[in-house]
Amino acid sequence: MKDVRFYGQGLPYRKLGNLKGHLIAIEGTDNVGRSTQIERLIPWLELQGHGVTNSRWTRSALLYDTINQAKAGHRLNMNTFTLLYATDFADRLENEIIPALEAGQVVLADRYMYTAFARSKAMGADPAWSRALFGFALIPDLVLYLKIDVEALIPRALEGKGMNYWESGMHLGYGKDLFESFRNYQRRMIREFNAMAQEFAFVTVDARRRPELIQNQLRRHIGNLLLGIEQAPAAARANGSAPDNPSPPASAK
Amino acid sequence: METRTSPHPYPGKLIVVEGIDGSGKSTQLALLHRWLVAEGHRVCFTQWNSSDLVRQAIRRAKRKNLLTPTTFSLLHAADFADRLSYQIMPPLQGGMVVLCDRYVYTAFARDVARGVDPSWVRQIYTLAPRPDLTLYFRVPIELALDRILRNRQKLKYYEAGMDLGLAREATQSFRLFQSRVLAEYAELVEEFGLRVIEAQQEITQQQLLVRSLVEEVLRDIRPRKLYERRALLRPRTALSKAGQP
Repeated sequence: MKDVRFYGQGLPYRKLGNLKGHLIAIEGTDNVGRSTQIERLIPWLELQGHGVTNSRWTRSALLYDTINQAKAGHRLNMNTFTLLYATDFADRLENEIIPALEAGQVVLADRYMYTAFARSKAMGADPAWSRALFGFALIPDLVLYLKIDVEALIPRALEGKGMNYWESGMHLGYGKDLFESFRNYQRRMIREFNAMAQEFAFVTVDARRRPELIQNQLRRHIGNLLLGIEQAPAAARANGSAPDNPSPPASAK
Repeated sequence: METRTSPHPYPGKLIVVEGIDGSGKSTQLALLHRWLVAEGHRVCFTQWNSSDLVRQAIRRAKRKNLLTPTTFSLLHAADFADRLSYQIMPPLQGGMVVLCDRYVYTAFARDVARGVDPSWVRQIYTLAPRPDLTLYFRVPIELALDRILRNRQKLKYYEAGMDLGLAREATQSFRLFQSRVLAEYAELVEEFGLRVIEAQQEITQQQLLVRSLVEEVLRDIRPRKLYERRALLRPRTALSKAGQP
């Protein structure tokens, strides 16, 4: 990493080695295609000789079972959930992400703390609290934001795994039925992500396009980072990424 | 910070005991609990690290020694948040007396002794209402060690701070780690106005002081009527009389 910075207080008790690798977060709402894109990025990076670590949200050795049990039980309040997300993230950060960066790998993080920010805000939690909580997080070299609008997201969710209870915000009373709840909740999530795209200088990629085109965009941004080419988020947006207010689907240029 | 400055607006009362392992705080809280129930109070009790879901995760993680100072801190906060919403807030809102064996100050003392940032851990616990009374049982290290080892063969890994690598031998590690925790508690006494009880005194003597302090806090709380009548019929116990300041 060129610039090792923490979001807040960091990990005061931990001596960091030289973080030679690169930390790239892929963000975006549920069903937007993050994992599919990452699966294709990995062999591409490996072919170029990079070691790659894919660090996935809620997949820490420590918390994976607990979070699933909690979801099955439907009994946790939002603060407890946010704390479990933070624990999972901290575990992966300290035991997976930082060691990989010290070993010079490219770390692709499938979701990052911004997901927790968006969710806890959509649940009505105090945003200052969840942000303070993630003060131990490393700031990524690059945050790639897969941006979509809710109308384009709906068919994708339905053709994929279907609308699930949590991704529809059913626990929050966002609508009278699953479909309505999904639309309202995801619209809210997307609004939160869009707001953070400005605040945290995400590099936005239009996720309504064909998967190959999205992949090409992602590779271009990652390629620039690995080659040490500076990229201003604003410039990236002007280069044909999604506009801030998605209007008619951006068909290929 | 809210936890420090503003009293909570709820009709119940929140009473907390704090102190390192072996300080005798749980013994004192059990005696207090029994007395309050006998006096006719509606009492709820909750202890650190006891929510169903999170405790299991903590136990698994501790068994494998998987925790870093940050995940140790966050998991305990998750346990606390869960108990806060189910076991602390509803009875407090419903006018009960809530007894907590350890509260946010345990995190402030222990997690900071493990090396996390003091302001970070305080921010996490801004969710918590300020207790009406926090009793801190102050104990010298050697006495705490004595008490623990009288009941158990071995010190626990995290209790002794073995995760920090301060010493290879558990007893020595306990001394070094818990001394740090004591130093943090000493700061908290000032910062949050904890009420110090010298925990090397006799059990009964401590309990008398505890009851008199609690009685003051509960002055406006009406115990159950049925018990009130019974209490009138039976002679006041020597304990509660002597407990008057």
